[in-house]
Amino acid sequence: MQVVLLAFDWFFLIEKLVLIIGIISVSLVIAMYETYAERKVAAVMQDRRGPNRAGPFGILQPLADGLKLFMKEEIIPNTSNRMLFVLGPCLAMLTAMMTSAVIPWGGNIEVFGRQVSLQITDINIGILYVFGVVSMGVYGIMIGGWASNNKFSLLAALRGASQVISYELPMGLSLIALLMLTGSLKMSVIVGQQMDGWYNVLYQPLGFLIFLICAFAECNRTPFDLPEAENELNFGYHQEYSSMKLGFYLFAEYINMFISSVIMATLFWGGYDIPFVNDAALMERIGQNWMALLQGLCLFAKTAIFIFLFMWVRWTIPRFRYDQLMNLCWKRLIPLALFNMILTAAVVLWLKK
Amino acid sequence: MSVTVFLFYFLSVLAIGSALMVVISRNPIHSILWLIGTFFAISGHYILMNAQFLGIVNIIVYAGAIMVLFLFVVMLMNLNTETEPKKNKWLKLAGVVSGGCLLLVLVAALKTAEKHGQLVQLKEGDIGLVGNLGKVLFTDYVVPFEISSILFLSAMVGTVVIGKKGD
Amino acid sequence: MQSLTSRARPVERKPMTFVERLYLWNIWKGMMITFRHIFKRKATISFPEQKRPFSPVFRGLHILNRDEEGRERCTACGLCAVACPAEAITMEAAERLPGEEHLYREEKYAAKYEINMLRCIFCGLCEEACPKDAIYLSETFAPSNYQRKGLIYGKPDLLIPDPKENPEEYRKALGNRAKKQEAN
Repeated sequence: MQVVLLAFDWFFLIEKLVLIIGIISVSLVIAMYETYAERKVAAVMQDRRGPNRAGPFGILQPLADGLKLFMKEEIIPNTSNRMLFVLGPCLAMLTAMMTSAVIPWGGNIEVFGRQVSLQITDINIGILYVFGVVSMGVYGIMIGGWASNNKFSLLAALRGASQVISYELPMGLSLIALLMLTGSLKMSVIVGQQMDGWYNVLYQPLGFLIFLICAFAECNRTPFDLPEAENELNFGYHQEYSSMKLGFYLFAEYINMFISSVIMATLFWGGYDIPFVNDAALMERIGQNWMALLQGLCLFAKTAIFIFLFMWVRWTIPRFRYDQLMNLCWKRLIPLALFNMILTAAVVLWLKK
Repeated sequence: MSVTVFLFYFLSVLAIGSALMVVISRNPIHSILWLIGTFFAISGHYILMNAQFLGIVNIIVYAGAIMVLFLFVVMLMNLNTETEPKKNKWLKLAGVVSGGCLLLVLVAALKTAEKHGQLVQLKEGDIGLVGNLGKVLFTDYVVPFEISSILFLSAMVGTVVIGKKGD
Repeated sequence: MQSLTSRARPVERKPMTFVERLYLWNIWKGMMITFRHIFKRKATISFPEQKRPFSPVFRGLHILNRDEEGRERCTACGLCAVACPAEAITMEAAERLPGEEHLYREEKYAAKYEINMLRCIFCGLCEEACPKDAIYLSETFAPSNYQRKGLIYGKPDLLIPDPKENPEEYRKALGNRAKKQEAN
């Protein structure tokens, strides 16, 4: 048996492992600095300075915050369901990290004479995978909220879960319209099409808008941060959490924000394509590896713009009321997304005729 | 034993084990969570058969949506081992008998199925990929497919009617 | 009713137009407002390095003053304690012994002088009551403390440094509010 196992393509395994570790650590670092950016953006929008004490420009602030969370007392309520109480934040973190597996972070690179794709796995159903993992994200909220054995947590968890599963519908419908154009669920194919032609957002502005709104709702960000509405529900589903378990929940939220920004950039804004540049010609000039680096940076720049948008909206728009939230989803977004889908289908059919 | 076969056995044990835990565990919430585990194991099987689409749809629909509704109901009704009513002895007996009948039917069905002698092809075949599945659904099986969508539509209309009754 | 200013506007209850009902334009307008604030001057100052100037009438922590030769001005007359509405000041008087003339200006001095900073309301009535200009309120805050007894300030906490022994610290502690008194 061992002999057969050794016949496995070890280079492939190592390559993927390195890629996974790299992407996970990058997402963690980015999530860390998102907390810093959030505070800075909030500060400058409110004419303040923001964190500026830990290191130059407060650059070490996230480390200090993390240290604080680690040092805090770990409290598990007596009446809570111990196992599920611990499972909740783990699930939230797990689902947040899993999505990054299908995102193409850049073109191929050449390592030791071997073509290495900067995508952990290019599965046939890329977008659906993202969708499936996002739909699993509900469990982190629900299990955590229920296991706390606290009325407010439970209410917040139910609110959060119903919000997330409601907004998955218009999100899926807006994606269907996009998929009619691309004709493939593979992320790499979608990016490849955009590299040759125009960005999808030009074909699907309405779809992008719906997707953007749904992404805000899925990440539980303001104006849709009802699960943690602190003035109504104390602190929402993670009220009973402390120390690093709370940190995991908050961290998962920031990772979700990062990942959804990346997905928006990938699906609608050309992914790792460098705008206004003929990629093939540039590739000839500077070589493959440098090109991949540039492309990755480009993707991160697009992502950063979206992350800024998330924060900008957070510090501008107040929270929705719960009925407004549901009305927006079921009475506005879903009909709009359906209309967008039918329109796209009609246009695609008409053009193909 | 290749990696695929190893994975197959691992997923099978996981699926059957968590399915057993669904029945055994006393806390309804735990049951639901084990059921989600079962769905994941089954999705893993789908993926082993290279039916990626089926696998992920299984997760999205069952684990991602239907189980959330189950959780909703159980959490809102706050079902617990303490609140569970004591069951009648005869009721238990009836349960055992009906469960045994189901087992009998399943075993019988499996026995006849074995005669085909066709094992599932692991890691091969592309019938489960999105494109092929779509083609099959919209050509060979278009009538059952549309009928099932009408079923869903009628269910939706039914819920709206029930929901409107209160006003 | 006639409005007092021209700024009052009646609430508009017109039904919203289609563009307004989309909210997107209004959301965009709101976002532009927050975006403009990014470039505005920051209202915060970096506190310990940079301090806001106190107003000239600010009343902070008390200081027991000395005269130019470094002698304590206080004669323990008790007028400040009487004037204090919060009854925060207690003192014990003592008679100046021969040979202590360089320490105390008058024949009587305060052997113990305590202000309970927890009771003090920083009204400045003690400063007004003092006939000898011995006590005045400076431009510093009372620092916080973990224990109550740390906030009962005695003579060592209140007395200004000796202007002869270390004139630099004396000048620093004197602050802006005492200068006015020196001019008198």
